[in-house]
Amino acid sequence: MITIDAAGMHYKELNRLIREGIEKGIRKFFLENVNGQYYIGDGIKGDDVVININGIPGNDLGAFMDGPTLIANNNVQDNVGNTMNAGKILIKGDAGDVVGYGMRGGKIYILGNAGYRVGIHMKGYNEQLPIIIIGGKVGSFFAEYMAGGIIVLLGLNDSDEFDSEYFASGMHGGTIYLRKKIDFSKYSKDVELYEADENDMNFLKKYLIDYTDSFNISSEEITAKPFYKIVPSSARPYAHLYTSA
Amino acid sequence: MFRIKNKFNAERDISGCGLCGIINAKKVKTNGGDIKRAISVEHDRGNGLGGGFAVYGNYPDYAELYAFHIMYDNLPAKADVEEYLKNNFIIEKEEPIPTFRTSKIYDHPYLHRYFIKPKSDRPDKLFHELGDDDFVVNSVMLINQNYDGAYVFSSGKNMGAFKGVGYPEDIADFYKLEEIEGYMWTAHNRFPTNTPGWWGGAHPFTLLDWSIVHNGEISSYGINKRYLEMYKYNLALRTDTEVITYILDLLIRKHKLPVRLALTVLASPFYQKIDKMDDDKKELFTALRQIYGSALLNGPFAIVFGYSNGMVAMNDRIKLRPLVAAAMGDFTYVASEEAAIRAVCPSPDIVWSPKAGEPVIVEFEEKNIPQKGGLISL
Amino acid sequence: MTKSSFSNIQSEYLALIDHNKCVRCKRCIQNCGWGTYSFGGDKILADHSKCVACGRCYTYCPEGAISIVKNPTVLRENANWKEGLIKNIWRQSETGGIVISGMGTTFKYKKYFDHILLDACQVTNPSIDPLREPMELRTYLGKKPSKLDIDFDETGEPILKSKMPPQIELQTPFVFGAMSYGSISLNAQKAMALAARALGIVMNTGEGGLHDDLVPFGKNIIVQVASGRFGVHRDYLNSGVAVEIKIGQGAKPGIGGHLPGEKIGADISRTRMIPVGTDAISPAPHHDIYSIEDLRQLIYAVKEATDYEKPVSVKVAAVHNIAAIVSGIVRAGADIVYIDGYTGGTGAAPNIIKDHVGIPIELALAQVDERLREEGIRNEASIIAAGSIRSSADAVKAIALGADAVAIGTAALVVMGCHVCGKCNTGNCSWGITTQRPELVRRLDPEVYGERLYNLISAWSHEIQEVLGAMGVNSIESLRGSKERLRGVELTDAELNALGIKHAGL
Repeated sequence: MITIDAAGMHYKELNRLIREGIEKGIRKFFLENVNGQYYIGDGIKGDDVVININGIPGNDLGAFMDGPTLIANNNVQDNVGNTMNAGKILIKGDAGDVVGYGMRGGKIYILGNAGYRVGIHMKGYNEQLPIIIIGGKVGSFFAEYMAGGIIVLLGLNDSDEFDSEYFASGMHGGTIYLRKKIDFSKYSKDVELYEADENDMNFLKKYLIDYTDSFNISSEEITAKPFYKIVPSSARPYAHLYTSA
Repeated sequence: MFRIKNKFNAERDISGCGLCGIINAKKVKTNGGDIKRAISVEHDRGNGLGGGFAVYGNYPDYAELYAFHIMYDNLPAKADVEEYLKNNFIIEKEEPIPTFRTSKIYDHPYLHRYFIKPKSDRPDKLFHELGDDDFVVNSVMLINQNYDGAYVFSSGKNMGAFKGVGYPEDIADFYKLEEIEGYMWTAHNRFPTNTPGWWGGAHPFTLLDWSIVHNGEISSYGINKRYLEMYKYNLALRTDTEVITYILDLLIRKHKLPVRLALTVLASPFYQKIDKMDDDKKELFTALRQIYGSALLNGPFAIVFGYSNGMVAMNDRIKLRPLVAAAMGDFTYVASEEAAIRAVCPSPDIVWSPKAGEPVIVEFEEKNIPQKGGLISL
Repeated sequence: MTKSSFSNIQSEYLALIDHNKCVRCKRCIQNCGWGTYSFGGDKILADHSKCVACGRCYTYCPEGAISIVKNPTVLRENANWKEGLIKNIWRQSETGGIVISGMGTTFKYKKYFDHILLDACQVTNPSIDPLREPMELRTYLGKKPSKLDIDFDETGEPILKSKMPPQIELQTPFVFGAMSYGSISLNAQKAMALAARALGIVMNTGEGGLHDDLVPFGKNIIVQVASGRFGVHRDYLNSGVAVEIKIGQGAKPGIGGHLPGEKIGADISRTRMIPVGTDAISPAPHHDIYSIEDLRQLIYAVKEATDYEKPVSVKVAAVHNIAAIVSGIVRAGADIVYIDGYTGGTGAAPNIIKDHVGIPIELALAQVDERLREEGIRNEASIIAAGSIRSSADAVKAIALGADAVAIGTAALVVMGCHVCGKCNTGNCSWGITTQRPELVRRLDPEVYGERLYNLISAWSHEIQEVLGAMGVNSIESLRGSKERLRGVELTDAELNALGIKHAGL
């Protein structure tokens, strides 16, 4: 275990300390007074490595990460979990734009809201199943070109109508679960909306419990309401767009 | 009619040549008679369109001042330049450079010298913090570029260039070099190949304490020039000599490389040789090439350059130009042809031909023993 | 919407068979990836409409019985209503699709390389004999400090004070351009990997990930990160000698890519790390880069993930304001900038983009080099020039215009038999290059074409040495950026200015 006071520290130094620490066998890191340092957890490995972050971590939190767990106790900025391969990022506040871009595996749990372009071009592959669960609401271009994985939008904190635009545009893989029924015709021609059945709920349950356990909140309240599921109409949305010269 | 600047429509001004240099490591002075005799042996290497000399230790009374030698082709130009100098420099002394009638040199510019130092409250201080040397460099470039009819051809301390259009022995008579004394001399006999001769274009080329005489045409001139321009050198003369001087100024004065290392930039070892060095050295020489590849002087050259600490002579890395060196007591001689040395030092202690790209470096005082680069590995 | 399969478009080529010579061996049927040939009981039949003039059939016909000719049936000539335009109208009215094709533009724009002449030594400085004297082509790509910082060891010998930033060492200033597994076959990639290793140069994975079979070639591979992030993970970033962030491509500046699901078989799926059969969509932008400071963010995200041990390259298409763009890229921390001219190739791109967007590499390169020098940052990044380098002469001219190295893509494919038919997008390449059909891929032997690639680059390198020798220099760095050794012919003042060279005779 090691505590690093990141006050005034450049990201290059902070991340070097983390990498060297992991190399030496340290498994638990407490980062204090983080404020804006980019790339925390970038490209690190180790399924048992846990980094606890107090303060506001900078952009690209957990980019290219491959196994460790990052716990952000406050809000985070943009590009969380960029091209992440494995691991877990817990965010106890809100997340910025472009969460989980190109993410291939691992989990991002957000207690609060997330910004624009959440889960953009997220993909699954074999056993790797990336999962993003958002407690609050999200901005537009949600799940754009989504190619795989699971995104769950809980909408716990607002009773308002789902208000993002260009929802799941170009989605051609993966599944989105919503805890709120929406008029889908307003959003996307590329996807279809169903009520989640028992199989779906059984599948979801373990992730929802993991989520609620992570944040110490009750899971009953969440699963009390029905869920809806969104899947792409086609794995080849652009198949007929082109003609060969 | 003479010309002091290169007004010819050529991308660059190139020449073939002969050169020689004499240095006394203990700073014992000799007059210009020896160097004149030596270079005159190489008469046929020039064509009468440029000759010149650099001497060090000739202004002991003004050793702390920059000695500007300026050539003018009209008097209004002189007034303009002096206006600039007065605004920016303290002028301790100024006088015409003594010249003497000879039968060979009849057209010539008006030649004047100034012993000066930059003012501490000069106007440019409002805009930047330049050291005195940098300010002098800027001033030389400014005058040479912007003041029509004026050309600064020497700007170092306790040294001076004396040059013009003519054979070097005639130029020596024109300036009566026998009456000038110094502890280091270099000389040059020019054969311009694509412009008629012009006074400013004769060698040595000088900047601050640097003076260069050079033989051969640098085939990499184009990229050497663009490289220097990136560091804000203004290559107004379009000569190889100017390029070499500025590269040395950049490497040694600005980047603080030791002289020997700077020289390996000019004539870098081949990768084949670098790859066989031990690790530290390999890393250093690879980095030198990676960083300074654009400063490599590619093509034939032999140069002799003087600076405040001594003299260096070297040739290119595949030895396309001749260079001979000799030592006699504290004197070291270098020349394009051995005969030039023998003319003033008939029986030297040792005579040798430096290897390709390996410099002969002679430094003043402490060591007293000249380092004869290239000799050991002969 | 298609009500009728009738098409106005006539066959472009005719596949003519001399039935007297033909021995009915049916090799043509096997060899043609397009299904042009069939056996009609007693003789070979040809469906001309399928022929693309890829040259495979006549190359492999043992009897020389096949000739491919341009269909003599004419469309009435009209300099305004050119054939291609009319055909595209038919094509699009019949399908409603965006017209796409492979390779670079076929438009006849001015090729500036063909209007530039090189210098040589005569008398005043000597030329050097490249066959018998050393002639150095070694090139290092990466950030160079502007000055050397040295220390002295205990014996007073100078040593390096700080380590050099990471560099890619090339034995000759060529790299293979980025071509992904998916757009080309694995065997085509393997041929380049074998050649790159033998030559001491590098190939580039493109955006399709790194196949397991190529992992052992890591020292000769640049891995690419494009907007689709296919196969990109921490170990991938660390598996080559450098990482390239692909922003754009000369053939299709500003637009993304799209590998159709039918090309995503098990092997490509594994390499790209996406499910079998799904479209592999590369978004037009990187969605973590909407501004230059975001590029800096991604560059440093990659540097952090590779512990600052790999140079990071940024690939961009040459577009109108390229000099300022590259300056920004260099200041964002790129170690290498790869500039792809508008004639560069592609596996598939809309013709509207390919034929009408971007600028020539020669002009882009000259302007970029000049701009970086003006700003005093030319040393901060190396430049790779690309966009149809067709010969060693093009390479020499590109280097003199300021490139550190050149990339070749199409030329490498031509080595493998490509006849530049431009049908890469269809996946039917008879030469086994731009196809994933196993029976076609199998015919491309990586060893054979690896050797031919080696031969080509060796020959081009010798030619560069000949040119250097004629110019009287014995190291490529004395040519690099030396525009003084170039002269233009048949160029306007504006063109000469943009190139920064003089007209011949001056």
